This record gives sequence, structure tokens and C-alpha cells, in this order.
Amino acid sequence: MAKTTASPVRTGLVHLALISYTLIALFPVFLTVINSFKDRSSIFRDPLGLPTPSVFSLVGYETVLKQGDFTLYFQNSFIVTAVSIFFVLLFGAMAAFALSEYRFRGNTLMGLYLALGIMIPIRLGTVAILQGMVAAGLVNTLTALILVYTAQGLPLAVFILTEFMQTVSDDLKNAGRIDGLSEYSIFFRLVLPLIRPAMATVAVFTMIPIWNDLWFPLILAPSDGTKTITLGSQVFIGQFVTNWNAVLAALTLAIVPVLVLYLIFSRQLIRGITAGAVK
Amino acid sequence: MSTVEQASADRGNDKRPWRWHILVFLTPALLVYTAVMILPLIETLRLSLFNVKDGQSVFVGFDNFAVLFGDPRWAASFWNALKNNFIFFIIHMVVQNPIGVALAALLSVPKLRFGAFYRTALFLPTLLSFVIVGFIWKLILSPIWGVSPFLLDLVGLKSLFSPWLGKPGSALIAVSLISVWQYVGIPMMLIYAAMLNIPDEVLEAAECDGVTGWSQFWKIKLPLILPSIGIISILTFVGNFNAFDLVYTVQGALAGPDGATDILGTLLYRTFFGFQLQIGDKSMGATIATVMFLIILSGVCLYLFAIQRRMRRYQF
Repeated sequence: MAKTTASPVRTGLVHLALISYTLIALFPVFLTVINSFKDRSSIFRDPLGLPTPSVFSLVGYETVLKQGDFTLYFQNSFIVTAVSIFFVLLFGAMAAFALSEYRFRGNTLMGLYLALGIMIPIRLGTVAILQGMVAAGLVNTLTALILVYTAQGLPLAVFILTEFMQTVSDDLKNAGRIDGLSEYSIFFRLVLPLIRPAMATVAVFTMIPIWNDLWFPLILAPSDGTKTITLGSQVFIGQFVTNWNAVLAALTLAIVPVLVLYLIFSRQLIRGITAGAVK
Repeated sequence: MSTVEQASADRGNDKRPWRWHILVFLTPALLVYTAVMILPLIETLRLSLFNVKDGQSVFVGFDNFAVLFGDPRWAASFWNALKNNFIFFIIHMVVQNPIGVALAALLSVPKLRFGAFYRTALFLPTLLSFVIVGFIWKLILSPIWGVSPFLLDLVGLKSLFSPWLGKPGSALIAVSLISVWQYVGIPMMLIYAAMLNIPDEVLEAAECDGVTGWSQFWKIKLPLILPSIGIISILTFVGNFNAFDLVYTVQGALAGPDGATDILGTLLYRTFFGFQLQIGDKSMGATIATVMFLIILSGVCLYLFAIQRRMRRYQF
């Protein structure tokens, strides 16, 4: 390799630049988390100080747990996200299998039709979606959110999974056919297990916008029983805006699950983004 | 690949009259997608041509658009929102993309240590919801807390501090920069991937010709990552003209101060859903959604037909 060897000065500058931006990226989150464990006066007196035993306080968390229904919001968010991902993956993989495996009239057209939703945001149809949900009696139900998020996630899922399905060996499927497997068994028993890595990538991509969405919970399911964690913390923080302890604690509670999931899935996610962009 | 196509073509040619399983595989996805996404979208476009007169829905042609663009009650806030939305987009393009490219270039330095750590840390803000990001920055920029003046004091710039989010002149820029802070991870990752994808031979050839460092970045790498910059631009465009959550969280539905941060998303929300004394208006909501649809569609078409075709030349 005839690479020019990087001088230590240059390497140092690269690290300096990256560390500075890392600080910019992490500092606001760090600041929120440390201050959520401090008492009110030290939040203002010394915002950058760590929560030492003398200023340690959980009063914010007590308010959040007493006043807000955060367990319910978590549960709602979890149900909506998990069920939507399940349907996106199942329906998406089935459609992707049909599109990649069989030649039929309108195949390409169908693929383009499904790809339309990658670029056109579903939000633009909100007026009629709300109308439809009112007519179907689904307003203020988690079902409404699940339906919307399934529709929202499908285009990208079909697109990514179709690409992956094409790499599954044809010989394997034909061997299955010779052994008398039905098309359904070929899909569920041969193909699905093989595309599991792609499904994981799609699941992570689908999950983030659903978990973080504020628009549809606000419009379709704003009632107390159906608030998601994103809407719940938005409303809670709006009400307690002068209670800094409570606001910081609510923010920390909203960050932690994302942080934990991210630390588990970051490898998958980053590999997914970098692999997807290569195409 | 040709064997695959041949095999599936063979299967397509056999004379079974109707292959039910294709229908079974396709139906669930098509049904949900069509019923919840496509039909409402079409219905919204249709509703923009109707309005309520004497309790009856009547066809009014393009009257709603004429009202939106010209009627004094609507036009001012619409053009204001459109203008703000363009500023919002331009700030993203000139701040987010260069930072993203710079970070990607730094990350793709060969044999960089802690690369995985930097990638993970830099991408974290992108995963947080707008609600979290909005409130965190609202607290940090708040003059009550005093974190920002304190930090500016450390670098001797305390006199520069002002309640940026509360001033009409700076609020939109502040909100845009918060959004940039959150989303810079996406251009960074996509361009990082594109840079990894540049063949070593190309870079080695450049080095043999004495093209290194900065000139290598400008003359070799940048042209090769242009397609990715195109993709990022269109993603940013679609995302920005569809944005709502951050402005709603930071500045409320009225997008204050004095409409300074109002963008099409918040205008749509207020119009369609109503806010405080204003009653929700379905027809005008649909009209604004249609305008947003047309803006996004023209952006996507421009990208697909003009930009992408031109960029193909740089690809291998």
C-alpha cells in the first residue's frame, strides 16, 4: 500500500474535530440527564455540576410518576410500535416475495405504485385519514395509529426486502418445489429465515419514526387512554413548564428507552444505513 | 442473474390460469397501503376543490387556491409560512450538508481509532424525538436557566447572548439550527457510506499522480459522492416541507413569536384542526395539504428527471 502515512499532527486534528462535534452532539442530552437528578436550586446555581450527594434529589421523578400516566404512555407506544412493525414486516415481506419471485402482468407497475409512498409523506393525506377514521369509529384508538403506521412503513419495507429477496438462491426454492412444498411453505419456511438480517434492518428503520411521531397521535388519538409517550411527554411538559425538576425528569425518562435500544441496535442500524446507501 | 430471470420467466409462461398465491401475497400490503395512504391522499386532493356553502359541500374549482393565495385573511399567513419554509430548507442545505460531508470525511480517514464510537455518538441526536430535542434546546437557550450565557462566557462571547427563540428576527434561524443539530447524522452516515465505497484503486491512482489531502477531497472524492449529496438534498427537501413537530414543540401551534417560525406544517395543523378561537376548516386544510403535495412532488420530479440523470455520469 503506497498510502501517505498520516502525520501525528493531522491525526490529532482529526480527533480534535471529531471530539468537539461529539461534545456538541452529546452535551444537551448529558446536561438534561445530570440536572434531572439535582434539586431545584442547584439546577439554576450550577447547571453544569454533577449531581453530588448534597444536591441529589428525585423530586422531579416523583412528580412525573404521581402526575403523569407514563407507564400507560409507554405501554401505548410499545403496543403501537410493536404491532405496526409486525404488520409492516409480514405484509412487506409477502408483497416483496410476490414482486421478486413471480413474473406477472403489472409486476413493475405494482412495484412503482408501492414505491410511491417512499417519497410522498403520508401526512399530506391527514385531512381524509381523519375523516375516514371518524367514519370507521377508530378515532382515539390505537388501531387507528397502527393502521397509519403500517401503511407508512410498507413502501420502504417492500423496497428494501425486494432487493434482498432477489439474492435468495433460486435453486433452493426450486428444490423445495420439487419436494412438493407449496408456494406458501417456500415463503414461510425457506425464504423468511434467510432474509432475517434484512428484516432486522427494516424493523429498526420502521421503529424510529413511529416511536417519535407526534403528528398522528396528536390528531388521531389524543385522548388520555391512548396517548403515546411522545405525545404524553409533550403534553406533560407543556403543563409543567415552570417545574424544571419535573420537565427534566420527564425528558430523561423519554430519552432512556431510546438510548438503551440504540446501544443494542446501533451496529445493525448503522450497517443498514451504510449498506442501503451503497445501492 | 440471467438464470433467475429465465427461471421466473419460465414459471410465468406456464399455462396455469390463475395463480392465487400471488394475490394472497400481495393483497394485505396493497389493501392497507391503498386504503390508508393512497385513497386518503387522493381524497385530500379532491377535497381541495370543494368547499362548504350553506352546510352543503359544493364544487368550487380552484377557488380555495385563489383564496389561499390572494384573500387577505389567508394570503399573508400562507406566503409567510411558505417563505419561512424555504428559509428553513436553505439553512438545512447550507449548514447541515457541509457539516455532514466534513464529519463523513473525517470519519473515513484511514485507520481512524474510535471510529465506531464517534459514529454511534454523532448519530444519537437523530434518534431522539422532536419533542425531546425541542424541549432540551428550549431549556438550554432559555435566559432563565443561564446555561448558554455561561457557556458563551467561557469563550468570551457572553455579550452575544440574547433570547434567540423569542425574537422574531432570530427565532426561525434558531429553530432551523436545532433541526440541523438533530439531523446532521443522516447526511453524515450516507456520505460516509459513499466514501467507503470509493474504490481504493482510484485513490491510489490519485496519490501516484500527486493528488493528496485537500485537492484529493475536492477533485476526487467530492465528485464521487455527488449522487449521495443529491439523495440527501431530496430527503431534506421532503422532510423540511413536511416538518411540523419541532416547531410545534418549541414554539407552539401559533409558531411564534408573531408567526416568525410558521411553516407549512404548522399552518396546515392550525387551519385544519383549529386553534384557540380559530375553527378548523377542512377544505382549506385540504388545500394547504395539496399545495404541500405539489411542492414535494415537483421537488421529487426535479430530482428524478434532472439531477439524478446528470449525476449518473459520475457513477461507475
